[in-house]
Amino acid sequence: MSAPEKASTWTGRVRRAAVDAFPPERLLPETQPVYVASWVYVFGVLSLAAFAVIIASGCVLALAGPAWWHGSSIGHFVNSLHLWSTELFFFFMVVHLWAKFFMAAWRGRRALTWMTGAVVFLISIGAAFTGYLSQQNLDSQWIAGQAKDGLNASGIGSFFNVLNYGQMLMWHIVLLPLAVAVLVGLHILLVRRVGVCPPLPAREETP
Amino acid sequence: MLSLLSLPGPLASIFSLNGHSRYLHVGWFLISVANLTVILLMIVVFVLALVLPFPNRETPQELLPSREKPQ
Repeated sequence: MSAPEKASTWTGRVRRAAVDAFPPERLLPETQPVYVASWVYVFGVLSLAAFAVIIASGCVLALAGPAWWHGSSIGHFVNSLHLWSTELFFFFMVVHLWAKFFMAAWRGRRALTWMTGAVVFLISIGAAFTGYLSQQNLDSQWIAGQAKDGLNASGIGSFFNVLNYGQMLMWHIVLLPLAVAVLVGLHILLVRRVGVCPPLPAREETP
Repeated sequence: MLSLLSLPGPLASIFSLNGHSRYLHVGWFLISVANLTVILLMIVVFVLALVLPFPNRETPQELLPSREKPQ
């Protein structure tokens, strides 16, 4: 009796494609190439760690609301944790960007990895901006008042109204973090699939 | 007692986030001291990451490039 043929279901096709693209030893490798043993290669994972703290502290802030984060000492602490993890996220992300730019990290079929990273950086700026608008204090009113003229002049204001607190809060806690998380996940999967970009080769001396 | 809020001059503009911020203004170029400090810190960290030795664990021989393998 012959072996049963593989059923052609969409779940089976997705599973086979996923295992082909990301075999377990590539998805969770135990070793990395020797060139990864450099401080300049740690800023990607530092950005990821800062992003995890941002999400965790944001979830705590969402539990209790503005009266808590403005009016209690623990609320102030978590609010500050959210702010400073964001500062570190951008700090590490910029150094990561410089490192990858100067080693031309789009080489070797890594263009999509580069592009997802660049788009994450741009979306993160929007996420931070809507965060400033969601503080529920004079700062957020001032920033919204300053920003609306520029955004309205570009036409974005017709569907992205910085004076609409509810809309800005939803963008800040749902849409933009979701976009960043999905793209960061894709970015990491692409790094796993193609591998960490090697440093540029040394130029040979010409006589 | 020295507190961050009472630091004089440029130091106060770096550490105190409650007072008026200081700006560096040269011709068309205008930047807050706080932003300039962060940019300089990023450059310093980037350069240090390039030059500081990484605490290596012993690399298995099979992972070394051929030119680094002992003869």
